[in-house]
Amino acid sequence: MLPLFIIIPLAGAFIISVTGKYSRKVSYTITWLVTFVLMVLSLKLLIKGGFTSYNIGGWAPPLGINLVADGLSILILVIINTIVFVAANYSIGYIGKYTSKWTYFALYLVMLASMNAAVLTGDLFNLLIWIEVGGVASYALVAFGTRAEELEASFKYAVLNTVGLLFILMGVCLLYAYTSTLNMADMAQILAQKPDNKLISFVIVLFLIGAGMKSAIVPFHAWLPDAHSSAPSPISALLSGVLVKSLGIYTLLRVMFNVFGITLLISKTFLIMGTASIILGGILAVYQNDIKRMLAYSTISQIGYIFFALGLGTPLGYFAALFHLVNHAYAKALMFMTAGAVVNAADDIRDIREMGGFGKKMPVTSITSIIGSMSISGIPPFGGFWSKLLIIVAAIQAGQYMGAFIAVIISIITLSYYLKLQKHVFFGELKSKWAGIKEAPVSMCVSMIVLAAVCIGLGLLYVPALKAIVLDPAVNVLINGSSYADAVMK
Amino acid sequence: MIEYILTFILFTLGLYAILIKRNLIKIIIGLSIMEYSMNVFLILVGYKNGATIPVFTSLTEPRPDAMVDPVVQAMILTLVVMSLAVTFLLITIAMRIYDKYGTYDIRELNKLKG
Amino acid sequence: MIKKPEQGMTIIVKTITRYTVVLILLFGIYFIMNGHLVHGGGFAGGIIVALSYMHVMLAFGKEVAMKRITDKTIQFLVGLGSLSFLILGILGMTKGYFMYNFFRTPGVDYIGKPFSLFSSGIMPLMNLAICLAVASGFFSVFLALIFYRLSEDKK
Repeated sequence: MLPLFIIIPLAGAFIISVTGKYSRKVSYTITWLVTFVLMVLSLKLLIKGGFTSYNIGGWAPPLGINLVADGLSILILVIINTIVFVAANYSIGYIGKYTSKWTYFALYLVMLASMNAAVLTGDLFNLLIWIEVGGVASYALVAFGTRAEELEASFKYAVLNTVGLLFILMGVCLLYAYTSTLNMADMAQILAQKPDNKLISFVIVLFLIGAGMKSAIVPFHAWLPDAHSSAPSPISALLSGVLVKSLGIYTLLRVMFNVFGITLLISKTFLIMGTASIILGGILAVYQNDIKRMLAYSTISQIGYIFFALGLGTPLGYFAALFHLVNHAYAKALMFMTAGAVVNAADDIRDIREMGGFGKKMPVTSITSIIGSMSISGIPPFGGFWSKLLIIVAAIQAGQYMGAFIAVIISIITLSYYLKLQKHVFFGELKSKWAGIKEAPVSMCVSMIVLAAVCIGLGLLYVPALKAIVLDPAVNVLINGSSYADAVMK
Repeated sequence: MIEYILTFILFTLGLYAILIKRNLIKIIIGLSIMEYSMNVFLILVGYKNGATIPVFTSLTEPRPDAMVDPVVQAMILTLVVMSLAVTFLLITIAMRIYDKYGTYDIRELNKLKG
Repeated sequence: MIKKPEQGMTIIVKTITRYTVVLILLFGIYFIMNGHLVHGGGFAGGIIVALSYMHVMLAFGKEVAMKRITDKTIQFLVGLGSLSFLILGILGMTKGYFMYNFFRTPGVDYIGKPFSLFSSGIMPLMNLAICLAVASGFFSVFLALIFYRLSEDKK
């Protein structure tokens, strides 16, 4: 069952690239069907749970490439496939203004395949290649509109991420020379037997640079606001909601926790980088007037929260980090979709000072946007509140009073800039030039409503029955770092 | 030992080109130099003194100990394909940037701020 | 095509091209067919095959070359090559695993004989599929770079 997550989207992409030029309907149908089937498969995998391993070509792990699904993989896989399905549904309404739509959908499915494969693979070099495949697809998708800003953002994104990837490559080369294996589980067992030395610290730094570039923590965040604000809106939703988490944070977690084993030094680095991201992203977001750019800076800030919670090093901290990751994925995807609907309706004007009073004309967009904003900024009934509360409680338990204080302050700032966004876009007086503004098409509205419903329901993940299925297996992978290697190599 | 140091110097030279040069094409060349240096490094990792190509000439007397490591060569082939794709994509983007801005100078690319 | 001096390069280049392009194409095909025995394979062979087409295009001009193979055919071949590679992988699933060598008899470790052309299971077929995708993909990128024209005011 595991290779289906790679085969189906790749087959869809190749079929679209053969037939897409002749019929637009075919590419729409294939994309919708592929993403729907994958969503159902991933939910089935979540309910089944447990640990599965699959040997590609029948070759056993130390020699061949294997696919591994444990708690962490399944959690990220479910997030990827649900959001990709909703965004595909949204794309069908959104893509109308672009030409050569089949290219968009083919690249979209390649990106999906690469994210699924990167999350599932158990081979370090294979992980690197899938990260790069997803990267190439996303560089092309960011530049899809081929306007000046999009090309500039895409160039910056591509160069910075390729450099980051080359650092990871150097780390992989050094690890291969040191351990003579590329399988992550085998490598973890060999590294556990060898004495600690300087090479491993160097490789950890290389991985921090490379995967940190993908996940945009603060010293490496420069590309994110440009790329996420310039891309087509469904792609922004995917980049912010899924790609940063599956290719960046997942890689870092898997390598740090399951291959090297987490140490105090790595935890401290996560803590410092996370705190810097929280502060910088939060404060810079207040000054933005471009609606999508504000959301992009908010992404940096929220990813800072995730890394801050991971750096605390306590089980509650890991739980809070993964819970916040889930909440942020759905809420930020929803926010980018509503921003896309607003920008689409307002003739590509993204400056929020020129808008106002859209709430009366676009009720669905307005209400879903309010739900998303409240979830991210942490208003009680929504999921975002519980995860932020847990992060702060975990920080106080771990003795990080300063960090907890910063988290609270920036949480209030988060609320303030989301209120600024709501006030300027959806409330106030309707200007005369926006008199003819219309609600988004039906497929876009349906997607936004679905994600808003998910955002409301995510608070339920803290209920013990659901928590035991969804989040606990993933947290256990992080707590018992060596269990991954034992389970694969047995 | 000197070969390893030379590859790392090549790697840093590519990084220097990306960080310092202002021309988009020169940045792409810097990226290619970095990728190339990593390929050379991988070859060096798999190299063995006096070894031959990793091809079996007879099944009755296979001598895997006298061959260089074939895994790194497979890795290099994959990396070459990836770097080819990235380079093509970057060159097309650079051409279109020239179309929009009329220059390859990265200091003139300033539509995105904040 | 050698009679049209207004297209392409000079007559010397055209004559040399007529003799060498077949050799380059054959060399690429040799690389693909022997990829499972010695060094070579689908990617390197595919690049050489694409180079032979580029050779024709550079020497004779793009009108002559595009008469033989249109860009629509090329784009179709890119999809076909990658799709056939995937189908070979899926066919392995009928014997148990994705990408499984389905010519392999159970219990035997290897099926190949050194320097025997048809003894390697699915490897030559995969090399052919890769060659199709790489050759047409490389050539289509070349076409895209050639056909892209800057807008009029920036020339």
